Amino acid sequence: MRAGRSPSQTIGPFFGFALPWADGPFAAPVGTAGAIWLRGQLVDGNGEPVPDGLIETWQASRAGGRGFARCPTDGDGRYAIHTIKPEAVVAEGATHAPHLAVSVFARGLLRRVVTRIYFPDEEAANRADPVLASIHDPAARATLLAAREVDGYRFDIRLQGDGETVFFDV
Amino acid sequence: MAGDRRQAAGVDPPYLHPDYGSTARRAPRRPLVRIEYGPGELSGPAGEALIAGRAVSGPADDLTRHGAGEPIGERIVVHGRVLDASHRPLAGTLVEVWQANAAGRYAHDLDQHPAPLDPSFTGAGWCLTDADGRYRFVTIKPGAYPWRNHPNAWRPAHIHFSLLGRSFSQRLITQMYFPGDPLLDYDPIWRSIPSPAARARLVASFDPDRTVPDWALGYRFDIILGGREGTP
Repeated sequence: MRAGRSPSQTIGPFFGFALPWADGPFAAPVGTAGAIWLRGQLVDGNGEPVPDGLIETWQASRAGGRGFARCPTDGDGRYAIHTIKPEAVVAEGATHAPHLAVSVFARGLLRRVVTRIYFPDEEAANRADPVLASIHDPAARATLLAAREVDGYRFDIRLQGDGETVFFDV
Repeated sequence: MAGDRRQAAGVDPPYLHPDYGSTARRAPRRPLVRIEYGPGELSGPAGEALIAGRAVSGPADDLTRHGAGEPIGERIVVHGRVLDASHRPLAGTLVEVWQANAAGRYAHDLDQHPAPLDPSFTGAGWCLTDADGRYRFVTIKPGAYPWRNHPNAWRPAHIHFSLLGRSFSQRLITQMYFPGDPLLDYDPIWRSIPSPAARARLVASFDPDRTVPDWALGYRFDIILGGREGTP
């Protein structure tokens, strides 16, 4: 008989001396042509910032960067990731709109929550994206779209309650 | 949470677990949206790309050599294999660990437990698994420590493990516990795992074969990741 998967446990409050590292938020190095900042705030069910969260992003389309970023949230629940806007990816005949896969870890999360960051200036690709298309509630779908900012995009993550971000079973 | 493939297996904890108070305002209330794995879930970063530029004052997999001297505590060797859901070894994947010192105190500004810090122990390390998915750390056994979840609450001794896996879908953060710890049955975090068999998988086994005579006790802790990698 085969043993099953190892269960998840919370990251707890004391990972800050171990998991973050200086280069962690830089999926693409400073100076990379066309690089953007992805910034956002992690908030709980009361709308309070989550100051002890960890955000990780991964993008299959990464154009020279390593594609992975890790950033702890600060005292205001904010994170910032420096990367390259991903391209659409075609796989098995489906076109996946440009997006980043996101993991959120925090004290009080017994396992990660997973979401995706899509881009507001990719309307045609977003309409064709199989995951976005499967979410019929426009308000829920809107939680997956970043907002344009001067040097990149903003993507807030609400763990619970009004405007709760759509989270995926991965 | 109906329709949630992880929850259905009884392996992972639910998000909302009232005995663990911090889940109350952080647990999502909507059901998870099930998606088919796409290119983003089936791929991931190379472990090597995530260790460049990280510095410790000693070997990253020997937590007893990061300070000026020998840390206080019971020296242990923790080793095991990282496997995928089909029990194939996951080579070259990043394993990160962090823990309290022997007195139950973390080297973290926010840890207010009135137990001593150890100038010879930080409690963080990492390694990449070898071709057989094997990892090995040398460290000291962490102490139990109190927390504020409920009156007279104590966490059992544990080592935090972060496993990157080889794809986004395999990413896991968990905790390793020690066999025979009487605090386990009182711990709402360990007990949040629905299946007793799954709980038991987070308890390391004493390993006499990897116990080093006159030097360190050995523990074995294998980790099996869900998800998968490959092309969709």
